[in-house]
Amino acid sequence: MTSRAALGWGVVFAVLVALSIPWFLWRNATTVAGLPVWLWWHVAWMGVTAAAFALFARRDWGTFVEVGR
Amino acid sequence: MSALLEIGIVVAYMLAAMAVGVVAYRVTDRSAEDYYLAGRGLGTGVLLFTTFATLLSAFTFFGGPNIAYKFGPEWILVMGLMDGVLFGLLWYVLGYRQWLLGRAHGYLTLGEMLGDRFGSRTLRGLVAGVSILWLFPYVMLQQVGAGTALEALTDGVVPYWAGAGFITLFMIAYVVLSGMRGVAWTDTLQGVFMLTITWLAFAWVAIEISSSGPLAAALPTEYKALGGGVYSPQWLLSQAVGIAFGVTMFPQVNQRFFVGRSEKVLKRTFALWPVLVVLLFVPAFLLGSWAQGVGLALPEGGNILPVLLNEYTPGWFAALVVAGALAAMMSSSDSMLLSGSSYLTRDIYRPFVNADAGEARENLLGRAGVVVFALSTFAVSLFEPGTLVELGETAFGGFAQLALPVTVALYWRGTTKSGMLAGVAGSQAFYLWTVFGPSVYVDSLTVLGTTFVNVPILADAYWGWFASIVGMVLGLVLTVGVSAVTTPSTTENEAAYFDPLRAD
Repeated sequence: MTSRAALGWGVVFAVLVALSIPWFLWRNATTVAGLPVWLWWHVAWMGVTAAAFALFARRDWGTFVEVGR
Repeated sequence: MSALLEIGIVVAYMLAAMAVGVVAYRVTDRSAEDYYLAGRGLGTGVLLFTTFATLLSAFTFFGGPNIAYKFGPEWILVMGLMDGVLFGLLWYVLGYRQWLLGRAHGYLTLGEMLGDRFGSRTLRGLVAGVSILWLFPYVMLQQVGAGTALEALTDGVVPYWAGAGFITLFMIAYVVLSGMRGVAWTDTLQGVFMLTITWLAFAWVAIEISSSGPLAAALPTEYKALGGGVYSPQWLLSQAVGIAFGVTMFPQVNQRFFVGRSEKVLKRTFALWPVLVVLLFVPAFLLGSWAQGVGLALPEGGNILPVLLNEYTPGWFAALVVAGALAAMMSSSDSMLLSGSSYLTRDIYRPFVNADAGEARENLLGRAGVVVFALSTFAVSLFEPGTLVELGETAFGGFAQLALPVTVALYWRGTTKSGMLAGVAGSQAFYLWTVFGPSVYVDSLTVLGTTFVNVPILADAYWGWFASIVGMVLGLVLTVGVSAVTTPSTTENEAAYFDPLRAD
């Protein structure tokens, strides 16, 4: 586990947290298929988060948490 | 007809749970580890659903849709950030580390883990005491909810005390019998049932609404725009952060950090959190907001989801959902009883009252703890004292105060016993004051040449941020600050968390 990968994941996790609420759509009331566009963002973003978590679990599990790696 | 059906479903659930409990009892050996932690052997699906069901199941049906009805569907984003992302990350950062430590050292509770590392019975007792302080009234509120729901269901034929009392006795019998394994198995059954029924309800209502006009019209105009009303950025973030951190320190969730069967189970559950969040909360909370859009009225002290379902679906289906919610309340309470009992017996009774209680007595003791805990919460639920109601309603914030000191202890070797005691006691004192004490403001305060007026010192909000968030920061500062200026006491085992630690 290189520290570069750790840094990379730190950035990825920070972005996942920061955009869980789509701040750039604040007060936007556009709807798509009957539902607000920010709700579609939420659905997609949770998919992205799950994929990122799965990739992390497969490739770099143990980063930050394990000692003596 | 519908009341009979609802009671039938509740009774069927209880019988199924009891059957599962008997099976679980037969495969559980008589050790505390097996009773409280199912022998650290839960698989992916069971761990995922039991963690979920124990905390948010009744909320998915009742509390959540009510919020979405009153304020708009933005609460879905709070759940996404809170449960999908932040809790997922904490599941890894705190959960995986606790899992490794639990396996290496045999810890069963959070207090035990901290007490061992810091060589402090006081810290162990303090953490357990604080946890029970918040958990006890929270369990009481669950009993109040279930008793009231049964009363409403039967139009008062079953009075509150009888309904709540019956449910309490059932849970005692069930939890005493089955322990963690049985609790987790029924949670899983219930979780799958909930997921199915939520989507059925969603599809049903969506089709009904679409048949008389565009679906978009079912959302009030104000609800389509992100934010507005109570939904300020500070409010959304305070809720999400406070709940996410609070959840990790709820005894029944924290204890689940110890129960995964393998590293693989933890990896899978980690990646599945965001998926589960979308699958459950999006449909459930949208239903709440649609109820507002189609002009249904929320009955005083009632819940919106049954009202909506009665409008659009047949009576038996609405009955199924209400019964499912009642089952959900029970499945939350049973886990809390079990974990509350483990804190009571292992971190308070054994260290402070009878240190010699051996493994043989442990078996009896744990179950006695469940009985004492459940009967006490039931007894006070008959009176619903205002102080306890307020504690129960602010429990997430109370638990959130524990999270950062624990995180610091897990990751920073320099943490000292004094630092932990200061961080835990200080943040709790602050938060309790903001809940119960009078607010304190300073008229004007000048920092670096800028003057602020009416500055909150002790208040329930700080420029839109909640007191629970401010308390968490205070706990962090105290833990790190006091640790930095104190030396470890001779009883501390600084290496306990830092020996080579990894899954094989």
